[in-house]
Amino acid sequence: MSEQITVTVNGDTVSARPAANTLLSAFLREELGLTGAHVGCDTSQCGACVVLVDGKSVKSCTMLARQADGASLTTIEGLAGDGGELHPMQEAFRDNHGLQCGFCTPGMVLSAVDLVSRNPDPSEGEVRRWLEGNICRCTGYHNIVKSIRAAAKVMRA
Amino acid sequence: MNANATTNSGIGGSVRRREDSRFLQGRGKYTDDINIAGQTYAVFVRSPHAHARINGIDTAAAAAAEGVAAVFTAEHTKDIGGVPTGWQVHSKDGEPMAEPKHPVLAEGAARHVGDPVAMVIAATRRQARDAAELVTVDYDPQPAAVDMKAALADGAAKVHGDLPGNLCYDWELGDKAAVDEAFAGAAHVTKLDLVNNRLIPNAVEPRCAIGDYDSVSGEHTLYTTSQNPHVIRLLMGAFVLSIPEHKLRVVAPDVGGGFGSKIFHYAEEALVTWAAAQIKKPVKWTAERSESFMSDAHGRDHVTHAELALDANGKFLALRCSTLANMGAYLSTFAPCIPTYLHGTLLAGQYATPAIYCEVKAVFTNTVPVDAYRGAGRPEATFILERIVDQAAAETGVDPAELRRRNMIQPEQFPYQTPVALQYDTGNYEATLDQALKAADYAGFEARRKQSAAAGKLRGVGLSCYIEACGIAPSNVVGSLGARAGLYEAATVRVNPTGSVVVFTGSHAHGQGHETTFAQVVSDMLGIDYDAVEIVHGDTAKVPFGMGTYGSRSIAVGGAAIAKAVDKIIAKGKKIAAHLLEAGEGDIVFENGAFKVAGTDREKSFGDIALTAYVPHQYPLESLEPGLEETAFYDPANFTYPAGTYVCEVEVDPDTGQVTVASFHASDDFGNLINPMIVEGQVHGGLAQGIGQALLENCVYDAEGQLLSGSYMDYCMPRADDLPSFQVDTTVTACTHNPLGVKGCGEAGAIGAPPALINAVVNALNGGGHSIAHLDMPATPQKVWAAMQSN
Repeated sequence: MSEQITVTVNGDTVSARPAANTLLSAFLREELGLTGAHVGCDTSQCGACVVLVDGKSVKSCTMLARQADGASLTTIEGLAGDGGELHPMQEAFRDNHGLQCGFCTPGMVLSAVDLVSRNPDPSEGEVRRWLEGNICRCTGYHNIVKSIRAAAKVMRA
Repeated sequence: MNANATTNSGIGGSVRRREDSRFLQGRGKYTDDINIAGQTYAVFVRSPHAHARINGIDTAAAAAAEGVAAVFTAEHTKDIGGVPTGWQVHSKDGEPMAEPKHPVLAEGAARHVGDPVAMVIAATRRQARDAAELVTVDYDPQPAAVDMKAALADGAAKVHGDLPGNLCYDWELGDKAAVDEAFAGAAHVTKLDLVNNRLIPNAVEPRCAIGDYDSVSGEHTLYTTSQNPHVIRLLMGAFVLSIPEHKLRVVAPDVGGGFGSKIFHYAEEALVTWAAAQIKKPVKWTAERSESFMSDAHGRDHVTHAELALDANGKFLALRCSTLANMGAYLSTFAPCIPTYLHGTLLAGQYATPAIYCEVKAVFTNTVPVDAYRGAGRPEATFILERIVDQAAAETGVDPAELRRRNMIQPEQFPYQTPVALQYDTGNYEATLDQALKAADYAGFEARRKQSAAAGKLRGVGLSCYIEACGIAPSNVVGSLGARAGLYEAATVRVNPTGSVVVFTGSHAHGQGHETTFAQVVSDMLGIDYDAVEIVHGDTAKVPFGMGTYGSRSIAVGGAAIAKAVDKIIAKGKKIAAHLLEAGEGDIVFENGAFKVAGTDREKSFGDIALTAYVPHQYPLESLEPGLEETAFYDPANFTYPAGTYVCEVEVDPDTGQVTVASFHASDDFGNLINPMIVEGQVHGGLAQGIGQALLENCVYDAEGQLLSGSYMDYCMPRADDLPSFQVDTTVTACTHNPLGVKGCGEAGAIGAPPALINAVVNALNGGGHSIAHLDMPATPQKVWAAMQSN
């Protein structure tokens, strides 16, 4: 019998027995049906699978599900408010056309939320360097950078 | 353009995208997000060799492994049709191209690293992966053809043993005698050898396909990451699996980027569809990224010698180009037309060069098939032309902007017939050049060069004046050129009884925002609320027909089909209104969402007409059917011709060869814009891919045909800190032959950016005292540093 873990996912407590080699990304997508975290590569480069683990952005393909035992996870599905109002980062991406195909977007948004929590007023260069671990093929990053800085301004206010 | 105007939800308004709400909350529905009850998982065993005979495959251990439902090899699939190609090119001598079979699973030989050899299906992904490890293939490695020039030499290893050699076709375009004569009388000839580096498209969503079969109804369903579900239905149904359309549904739901790589019909799509019917269970396959690298069609990969003849005043007299184009091991869906009809025909660029000749040898090699990638043929043509023009400027001592200006086609020359088959309908190239030069402060460059020099950096400026041909058309012309399909688009506009509208479009969105843009067009034309219009795409069971999205064709062809269908709705609405208002049909005008009797205050709203169409109590039933739904097919009269000028400045670190993009300015003429915000986003994305090609990206095979750049660790994708913020603006000359006056914007950046970058790098080095005629892409620090050491 696999070891039981208990995690908080988007505010709900979840107990499960993932196999020892189940990645957190696969656990979220295949066992919990939270398909917002996307898998875009097999070398932990693309960042489409980023989730927040205890508030810090983590590529969920770099972590085993069992390592999340006891942690509080926020996936893209859990970022908006209970009433459905978008998080300022989501709102800024929408308002600044910071996404096109949407595949890298969950990782971009959650990574950006972590950045702004650490650095409330990032410069353009700081945003660009922070996004080293998130690949977008559609936007050329221009509007992603713009979105993140716009959201940071709202979140500072 | 004003990307901040949000109040206008019609044509020209930067409406925020409606699709974003689901994407931003993790509610998108991509193919891999779909799971069907009882689903099994497929994993492919792929060749580790570039070229090998397959003497045998032992599947016994895999078949006996836990959870395994089936293991298939060519033994089981040999009666399935090969994967077809959609275009037949003829050689100079009139002979059709060589067209070897592309089996869905390797038959007797593997011809590139990644060629699928066996398919293992199991109850879970992990079981399928583990069982695939147990398949033993007895390979007999053979010499591989990798380098194109070597592949054409006598005695070269043959990719296909049943062909005479590795030549697919030897094609030509243009008047060779006229070109030779012009060269004989030229005051100056510039010559250049160029490589257009091979790229891997790398949409961030890997390909995925799910086959499902209903054994009661006999219906097959394929969910797939495709840019054109109807094309897949046609190719796979008619040519590979022999399934009639009414028993085959293809769904392409949300798709995470395509850039061309998801146009094509791939073997995995046919295999999951076929296997689901064999084992009577749904079969799902999701590519790992390393599989994407060795199975998604690659792009570019041309080697060219080009010569430009000029007179004493710097007027272009003639251009000739000789190109080797890599096809890879098999012909992918559009592959044969990319280096020919989408490349040779673009070699006039924006210039009135009177004579042009182009010849292209397409070559089979033991590499992944090569096909359309964002721009597809047009970036290759633009790179040749805009590099050689720049080099001619350097050799003749004329400013590069001035030399271009001297040769540009003038506004009064439209429609302009080029010597390479195309007829440009409209444009104003000099105006766009002027706008770009002003916005980029071209005149102030020398001051910035000095500033950079003071900081120890070499600064360069580079221009590129591109043209592209979008919305490949018309069907009868492309048919005569070898296309095996029509290239129209279809749309159905359904007005519901209470006046809301559903549009079924054959275009497919995978990032382009059609659900927003097309709704803007319809709400504007019908004068109804933007929110009352819904766009449906991506499902052959819902959308009557379609050709899909590629070649920047969605608005110019797909949007035009929608506009035509809306016109039919309005025409029928006028008939209904005439009856209700007891007026002549010719007296009815449609304005601001109402049908009016011209010159009176008598009118019926659009909603009244919709309701009347479905509740036809007061209705001319003897002459008009009830209902309000219209379908239109739009087959364009011509390509559209977006064009623009890009100005790039770079700084080169002389100690390391590192190139930094200091600024990038793009001025584009896309005709009328529907949603300027989305257009800007399309330009940004194209520029990133163009800059990526010029500075970072390169697909590398070693001499044995091993793919060295097979992961994100080895293939340099542009990251946020590799790129600058872009300055973009537009000029407008409306397309003359489609109802919206639009041209398309999806590929421009990827077409125009690479030569601007390389021109800027060469300019920087030569401004720093070096003497360099050309630098092949990507201009990596190592390559730039080496060039500086040797010249």
